[in-house]
Amino acid sequence: MLAQPSQAAFRRLLDEIGTVDAVGVEERVAKFTSRSIKKASKVKGLATAVSMVDMTTLEGKDTPGKIASLCQKALRPSEDPSVPPVAAVCVYSAMVRHAKRHVAGTAVKVASVATAFPSGQTGLRTRLAEVRAAVGDGADEIDMVINRGAYLSGDYNRVKDEICAVLEACGGSALKVILEVGELETYDSIRAASFLAMSVLRPGDFIKTSTGKTTSNATLGNTQVMIEAIRDHFLDTGIAISMKPAGGIRTAKQALHYLVAVKETLGDAWLTNARYRFGASSLLNDLLRQLEKERTGAYQAPYYFSETAESY
Amino acid sequence: MNRLIVTKTPKVYIGGAFVRSESGRVFPVKDAAGAFFANVPQCTRKDLRNAVEAAAKAGPGWARRTAYNRGQILYRLGEMLESRSSEMAEAIALGAAGRRAALREVVAAVDRLIHYAGWADKYEQVLGSVNPVSSPHFNFTVTEPMGIVGVVAPDAAPLLGLVSLIAPAITSGNTVVALASGTHPYPAVVFGEMLATSDLPGGVVNLLTGFRKELIPTFATHTHLRAITAVADAAERKALRLGGADSVKRVRLVKAEDDTDWFGDAESGLYAIRDLIEFKTTWHPIGA
Amino acid sequence: MPPTTQDKRKTAPRAGSRGRAVPELIFGDLWEYDPAPETADPKLKARYDLFIGGEFTAPKAGAYFDTINPATEQKLADVALAGQADVDAAYRAAQRAFDTTWGRMPGRERAKYLYRVARLLQDRAREFAVAETLNGGKPIKESRDFDVPMAAAHFFYHAGWADKLDYVAPGRKIAPLGVVGQVIPWNFPLLMLAWKLAPALAMGNCVVIKPAETTPITALKLAEIFQQAGLPPGVVNIVTGAGETGAAVMAHPTPVKVAFTGSTEVGKVIMRSLAGTDKKMTMELGGKAANIIFDDAPLDQAVEGVVNGIFFNQGHVCCAGSRLLVHEPVADRVLAKLKNRVRVLRVGDPMDKNTDLGAINSRQQLEKIGELVDSGVKEGAEIFQPPCRLPAKGFFFRPTLFSGVTQSHRIAREEIFGPVLSILTFRTVDEAVEKANNTAYGLSAGVWTDKGSRILKLSTELKAGVIWANTFNKFDPASPFGGYKESGFGREGGRQGLLDYAKLT
Repeated sequence: MLAQPSQAAFRRLLDEIGTVDAVGVEERVAKFTSRSIKKASKVKGLATAVSMVDMTTLEGKDTPGKIASLCQKALRPSEDPSVPPVAAVCVYSAMVRHAKRHVAGTAVKVASVATAFPSGQTGLRTRLAEVRAAVGDGADEIDMVINRGAYLSGDYNRVKDEICAVLEACGGSALKVILEVGELETYDSIRAASFLAMSVLRPGDFIKTSTGKTTSNATLGNTQVMIEAIRDHFLDTGIAISMKPAGGIRTAKQALHYLVAVKETLGDAWLTNARYRFGASSLLNDLLRQLEKERTGAYQAPYYFSETAESY
Repeated sequence: MNRLIVTKTPKVYIGGAFVRSESGRVFPVKDAAGAFFANVPQCTRKDLRNAVEAAAKAGPGWARRTAYNRGQILYRLGEMLESRSSEMAEAIALGAAGRRAALREVVAAVDRLIHYAGWADKYEQVLGSVNPVSSPHFNFTVTEPMGIVGVVAPDAAPLLGLVSLIAPAITSGNTVVALASGTHPYPAVVFGEMLATSDLPGGVVNLLTGFRKELIPTFATHTHLRAITAVADAAERKALRLGGADSVKRVRLVKAEDDTDWFGDAESGLYAIRDLIEFKTTWHPIGA
Repeated sequence: MPPTTQDKRKTAPRAGSRGRAVPELIFGDLWEYDPAPETADPKLKARYDLFIGGEFTAPKAGAYFDTINPATEQKLADVALAGQADVDAAYRAAQRAFDTTWGRMPGRERAKYLYRVARLLQDRAREFAVAETLNGGKPIKESRDFDVPMAAAHFFYHAGWADKLDYVAPGRKIAPLGVVGQVIPWNFPLLMLAWKLAPALAMGNCVVIKPAETTPITALKLAEIFQQAGLPPGVVNIVTGAGETGAAVMAHPTPVKVAFTGSTEVGKVIMRSLAGTDKKMTMELGGKAANIIFDDAPLDQAVEGVVNGIFFNQGHVCCAGSRLLVHEPVADRVLAKLKNRVRVLRVGDPMDKNTDLGAINSRQQLEKIGELVDSGVKEGAEIFQPPCRLPAKGFFFRPTLFSGVTQSHRIAREEIFGPVLSILTFRTVDEAVEKANNTAYGLSAGVWTDKGSRILKLSTELKAGVIWANTFNKFDPASPFGGYKESGFGREGGRQGLLDYAKLT
């Protein structure tokens, strides 16, 4: 069967951006994990990671009270004044106005997942309405999911058109496009979807790995494929797209590996929370724990830190 | 009145053509009774060079033939030899061998060719391998011909010795430049005529007649010959290995003084093929 | 670093617009890695004697030479200089071991000794890695993650063959050759030792081996493991020294086989010197491998493979991918990607866990690399070296890319054995094959393309013993390794490699 002319155009894009060898990617990222980050570089890396956290709560049982304590922690993660606030709090759209009350006027942004997160399986009109509502409530950033059904059935233009529509609904708010890499499966697909999204995104918008709501999350491998796509897009067009791996990054050590990948692939300009974020719920406390360990020299019990998931 | 027979002018078989030595030199071959039989080309280093060029030209095509096709061509060569066995026996009997012994040598040579014909599409399965490496890669080892192989045949068993050295080389897709027995070169001349009527492409086997002393130094030092398989005495062995060192040749030597039994099974088979192939190992990632 | 949120409309300059800067990546020092030195104790001795007949033995002439750390030029230890009398003694010990113990031992017993060696080496892996890096200059992460584990793997793999030799040569009876002599190079001191010893011993041979002059330490440390493993005296004898000792090991009348890994030049000298003998030989010589990138290749992984191919072990690798052949449509792109990749390579203290390129093995080698690089510049190739800082002391060389190289440049023909890549271009498949094969070497080759049938075509047509397709510089004890043409003959590893240490009847 011949592809639709528009689909054929996208297939040509696939040829142009090239393919990815999975084993080669795994070998590349394995080298990041063998970097040894010690002493001052470790402290600096941990603090940088803190500043990049999108502190996330996406649960049915979220309440204004829960949001309030999350925001508190986001603004002042540690009693140590040298530890910066996180980049953003990331909540469901209904919680945006509660979050905004606490962080308005600070450096901490409010990010809202919208577009029928995490499946995206409602009509476009419903999804856009949700985006507009979140933006209206003060969301600085919108995390949308792409239409994987359309993508996997080859309807790339629909995916792109929907991103454009959400982008328009965002107005001045930044957009984060979630590819849900676990459902795209192959690195080739992840690279192609990255370019598809980036072809319409503005400088400062993000591409993001995953919702955290499926079994596969961000890995060094899929994140590497995406930051290499960002790098290639930047060198070709001058447009700097930002990156957000999400889900599955739980430890400080992992976060440092991700930052090593950024440093050695995208360079210094991406070592800032304007260009790089971690979508995570339990990462922050491990970062704080390791910072405290570096400060005191003693290993820290988890219950020394607020909002922990694993206090026992 | 008796009819005067038409005698044959022996020529060497190079690049699928029958030629005289470029030097115009010949040496006489006598029959068993010591009478003049014919003049045989006394090939020079330039003839050897020409033969190597012919072998180089034929090489890629021969190596690309399917194993099945090479097997059938070797079998066809066996058919040619069998059907003209009495002519070949006469050629061998020119030397010291009696007619019976000569015939025995011919049928042994036929059987040897048939043996290798069968190996053509099998040795790879025995010698190659898939290797279980401890990384996500598919890893396999196949065999390839070395290229152009120089053959220096023994004086004993002038046909069977020659065939025993040539056959394993061409079974795997090598091409050959061979020097026939110096004392009994005529069977090689006849063998050339059989090669020409088999389906073996011209240039795959090139046969020279001449003097070992004159040609061995060139066999040793011609850098395009990737391997040498020779029956040689101590001095010749040293010369071949010394000269071969310059181009890192693979040198497979049988001692001339060992009185090799060319009729024995030891002189045929898989490991003679193995000595004239390269192993090539390929890696590829297993991913999506 | 303070958190900053930039105005997203002002991020980067746009390319293509007139008067604006071309977008560039910044690989600066915003976040530097602190030194992360490996601190494990290499447990070096002040003096290393010869290992003959299971004992550490002083050299008969009493001579020793200094072995140094090429990263600091400091002396590490005194090492015995073996003379002819020592080599004689080593061969006597080897012959005795072959006649009385090792050659008669059932395979299953030999296997258990080799397993022991593998296990003991794994136990002391970190100690060996540190010793290897100190003596050879290679980055600790390579000796730790590659050399030492791979050396142990070679013993482990071959141990299992010792009682299964009947399956190596179908149709024939197989037997050990007897005593073999081996000479190995300085680029993988311990790994080459394992690579040479393991198949020879599994087959039932006894060995006299000479490590390289500049890197003798891990060999002599392995001798300690042979003692701990209870390996019968004389099965392995280690004689240290320079070229003269090596020549004595190769030329000795006792060994029925010699195996050599090193330069093609020395290999030819050895072959000539053995011309009058009937010794069997295995030669693992030099290379000038082509790494071929087609326009449909996965480019980032290809670039990574190229980097791995030429900068692994400072390029001191006989199968290094030292000639890059790039398809013209992607040549600029590949070069740009390579430059960005090379800019984040870290050159320096080999003991630092973050070092990617360590020290060049010797002053002599450093000078040779410098001379060939100068010739590249003189012959008009375009040089790129990243602006990395090099340590003040020790032998170091920047990773170097040469573009605009042609077939006739010296840097495209001669083995440099250093971190120097020559980049050529091609237009068609046939041209790529032609250029790749246009060399007297034939050790390895690489091909990068997304098209399966093209991979198989090239893997057939490239004249090299190892073809890496969409990968490079991969090794495994189960995988036969060795060259075509003037890169040597014989194979090491796998079932094929065992046969090169066997006698068939």
